[in-house]
Amino acid sequence: MNASLALIIAMAGLFGAGIYVMLERSLTRVLIGFLLVGNAVNILILLMSGGQGPAPILGDDPNAHTTDPLPQALILTAIVITLGSAAFLLALIYRNWWLSKLSDEVPSVDEDDLRDVEEVFETTSEDESAISMALEESDDSGDS
Amino acid sequence: MQLPNDFVLFWSLFGRSVLVNFRKTTPEGSPIGSNAMITVLAVFGALSVLTPFLTKLLGRKVFLLLAAFVAGVFVWVLTLLPEIFANGAISERVEWIRQFDFALSLRMDALSAIMSLVVLGVGAAVLLYCTHYFSDAEPGLARLASLLFAFAGVMFGLVVADDVVILFTLWEITTVFSYLLIGHYTGLKESRGAALQALLVTTVGGLAMLVGLVLISVETGTTSITGILEAAPSGTATDIALLLIILGAISKSALFPFHFWLPGAMAAPTPISAYLHAAAMVKAGVYLVARLAPTFAENPVWVPTLATLGIVTMFVGAWRALRQYDLKLLLAHGTVSQLGLMITMFAFGTPEVTMAATLMLVSHALFKSSLFLTVGIIDHSTGTRDWRQLTGLGKKMPVIATFATLAAVSMAGIPPTLSFIGKELFFAEVVGESASLWGIIALIGVALSAVLTVAYSLRFIWAAFGTREEIPEPELHDTYKLSALSPLVLSALGIVAGIFAPLLTGLLGSHASTIGEVHELSLWHGFNLPLLYSAIIILFGYLSFKERRKVLRFQQRVHIAAFDSTRAYWAVVRGLDRLSVIVTENSRRGRLPAYVGAVVVTFIIAAVSTVLLGSFFPLEFRIMDYPLQMLMALVMVAAAIMAAVAKQRITAVILVGVTGYGTAAIFAFQHAPDLALTQVLVESVTLVAFVLVVRRLPSRIAKEHKASNRPMRIFIAVGAALSIATIAIIALSSRQEASIGESLGPLAHEAQGHNIVNVILVDIRAWDTMGEISVLVAMATGIVSLLFITDRLGTAPRMARGASNWQARARGTIMEPVTSTAITQLKPHDEEATRKAWLVAGRTLDASHRSALLEITVRLVFHPAIIISIYLLLVGHNLPGGGFIGGLVAGLAFTTRYLAAGRYELGEAAPIDASYVLGTGLLLSAGTAIVPLFFGMLPLDIVWWDFTLPLFGEMHFGTSTIFDLGVYLIVVGLMLDILRSLGSEVDRHQEEGMQARS
Repeated sequence: MNASLALIIAMAGLFGAGIYVMLERSLTRVLIGFLLVGNAVNILILLMSGGQGPAPILGDDPNAHTTDPLPQALILTAIVITLGSAAFLLALIYRNWWLSKLSDEVPSVDEDDLRDVEEVFETTSEDESAISMALEESDDSGDS
Repeated sequence: MQLPNDFVLFWSLFGRSVLVNFRKTTPEGSPIGSNAMITVLAVFGALSVLTPFLTKLLGRKVFLLLAAFVAGVFVWVLTLLPEIFANGAISERVEWIRQFDFALSLRMDALSAIMSLVVLGVGAAVLLYCTHYFSDAEPGLARLASLLFAFAGVMFGLVVADDVVILFTLWEITTVFSYLLIGHYTGLKESRGAALQALLVTTVGGLAMLVGLVLISVETGTTSITGILEAAPSGTATDIALLLIILGAISKSALFPFHFWLPGAMAAPTPISAYLHAAAMVKAGVYLVARLAPTFAENPVWVPTLATLGIVTMFVGAWRALRQYDLKLLLAHGTVSQLGLMITMFAFGTPEVTMAATLMLVSHALFKSSLFLTVGIIDHSTGTRDWRQLTGLGKKMPVIATFATLAAVSMAGIPPTLSFIGKELFFAEVVGESASLWGIIALIGVALSAVLTVAYSLRFIWAAFGTREEIPEPELHDTYKLSALSPLVLSALGIVAGIFAPLLTGLLGSHASTIGEVHELSLWHGFNLPLLYSAIIILFGYLSFKERRKVLRFQQRVHIAAFDSTRAYWAVVRGLDRLSVIVTENSRRGRLPAYVGAVVVTFIIAAVSTVLLGSFFPLEFRIMDYPLQMLMALVMVAAAIMAAVAKQRITAVILVGVTGYGTAAIFAFQHAPDLALTQVLVESVTLVAFVLVVRRLPSRIAKEHKASNRPMRIFIAVGAALSIATIAIIALSSRQEASIGESLGPLAHEAQGHNIVNVILVDIRAWDTMGEISVLVAMATGIVSLLFITDRLGTAPRMARGASNWQARARGTIMEPVTSTAITQLKPHDEEATRKAWLVAGRTLDASHRSALLEITVRLVFHPAIIISIYLLLVGHNLPGGGFIGGLVAGLAFTTRYLAAGRYELGEAAPIDASYVLGTGLLLSAGTAIVPLFFGMLPLDIVWWDFTLPLFGEMHFGTSTIFDLGVYLIVVGLMLDILRSLGSEVDRHQEEGMQARS
């Protein structure tokens, strides 16, 4: 079995262009990249069916040769899932824009996280010093 | 048609465990009466679950009930003893997961029986004590009662477990229970700190032990403890496994360098300390050593490791116990010391020394729990455990003082107690015929720590019950007399057992006699070397107590930092905390490109290195199938590159659309009609959704990247493209086997469908489809949640009540949008306008936004489109179509309604909550999976009916169509959610924005 170079070019071209835009920060670009890569991967799966043949719709003979139906079933659900993901990303993009419009101050998640972590560390340290103190306080120095 | 294997496995396991398919097997040589031990454990579990409710009913009296049950089990174990002594052991085995050769196997031999008696006996006494120790108002009483009782059951299970998997599971459960019980006073810092410390230390040991147990199971090929001991493996792997198991044992039993957690655990209520941290849980490590010692005592790592750590521990613990103000901490440090002693003695694994260790174990459980409970009484009645505030208690509570003194005599190892006999035996043995280097070292260690033990035992009695003139006598506020019963009994038992030791040889020596011959126990062995040792020890112990000031000042001067591993523990824990922050900070920078880049670069490296390092890979390809194919490919690539560099959002979207429709064309030419249809529909929906959102955003895409990164991005992108192209060519040209697709035709035929792709989706691999539609439901819900901030239920906004077309005409009611804000040009009572409208909500739009042509077209097309979508759904089994495609067509029909006349039109077109559509869809699909189970079929089995319908003619209807209807509804629901979120809700935001501005 071998592949048609034309399809490989289409697939790899879409894939490369998709990766290129995905490496940018803008969420819209990420979505564009996601759609391009999605199409590329679907073509790749289709390529893997290899040989040609009539569409996988049977006549009366169940053993008739058709093109491989399995990749097609995989791709069909993948296409619909891509739609769902794209719509979800769009909702994210909109929400992101909406929030950034509400306030100029972009909330930095990282700093909040760090503060939370520091707090957790502090409380555990306090707890641990408390028990260590309790143990040390019970030590008789021999002066009494 | 086909079921995944894991599914079958799951159901078979489920059936096995739920339907109580108990299969008893009888290992050779051991009689088996019933599953009594397993039943007892099950009752423990059930009763502990019920305990919180019982506590609500009975208050603290619940402890009486629990104590009675544990005492009952104690007596039952006593009745088993004759059988155990006669046959060696009682075994029970219930097959559980046969695929892994895993069974619930329990075995009670002499050692397990002794441990069980200790655990259950002390457990019953402590539970009884709790009845008077706690008040009904104690916060968290129900939790405490339940945990403490369950702990007794788990501990009993641990000592009778005959499988390392069960042993380890119960071992870890005791760790968790210990954490919860130490942290009983959740409001106290000390309590929380101590609980966490104990949890971390014992868990680390437990994990090491798990690795050790796995190693040794692999080495011997069995998880059965009996099997492992019979195999008695040796070699490097065994050495490592033993070291890891030792790590688990010493962390649990608080041996150096993990000894620091046990005194901390005294933050727990006193009965908990008495049970978990003196008699039961900390003995788990001792038990494990005792269990393995007879087999592995000869192993090169065994005795040296355990004896060294044990001796250091017994010395460090006793040294620190000697200088405590807090009576409870004195006992805790003493426990650390005693645990070191027991493990050292058990490690030798010879008969007489093992018998000596058994005596120490039983004796320690009795006197230490008794002393703890006594301290609890003192604490409750005076409000302090600091002896500097105690005086005259000896006179005020003479009975308690007497029995506590007897317990302290046991602790000090003075005759006539079990501890005395145990130490004598040990001394006699290690200097006797079988004397060894480690025996002598252990002798010196034991003797030294025994001196300190005598001293701190004396200190305890003096501190708790002595009279100090200089301080006022404390008031006693509690009626303590009832709670004194348990400590009195435990203390008395220690002395009685010592006096009647010869009679107890059968029981206490039963474990040792499985290793070799042992002599009868006796208090008096005549004047010999061991007796001399004991005399010297007691003398020096007394002197150390008498000259305690000097000893204390000496201790103050020679503080040995190396033995204070608390600081090391802190340093490690803090270091790990910091390290985790540093690693997180540096790897998780909040920059998406960095993550995507890392994934892609890894992919490229993996692909390139595989190709370069691998053997020869074939690289065969044909240029093209037909010229148009190459043309399409080039157009698509050009469009993709232009989309990638486009500056306007809308340009980028349209160019992506070109690649999408191009892909659809490729599908069509490659004989994939279903795919081509789906792709075209999805591409259209994506375009619409994109435009709906983009209309509100700035038209230019924000530039947030540095130009300097561009060459790098191009490099990565080209690398990724070349890698995937190479992989595709290699994969296809290396292929030798035919696709499993060949066998799908006959399967589809069997499933009575002609469209193989659709049959795969709704029948052959319906489980996969089930997963996919679940994902769609989750995504739809996610989209709605992101857009509707306050309330995401409900339909798209509708016209005023009763305002649908015919109703409006019939009643002549006012038609006004429910939440109309910007649209004010509507004339009320404009019946004429309503009647003439092609789309009912068309006039909610501004006149300049309306298109008569669009409204008319949509009006004409909508209903046929819905009919076509249903047709596509129904014929999908045989012709291109099916749930996905039908649903998309219906969704597009709704989209046109929305586009032509706005969000009120959408509400009119689909006057139903999209969540219900999604839910109904999921219910139908899942129902098709589940309902066959009730008819004795496999999940997703398909049933067919043939019948004749007027007009439609011969109908051939299968349950797979119901499944596909579920898919259809879910796709429609997704589309409705997209429209009402990205369409209607964004409209509303826009209108609100306009209003706010004006």
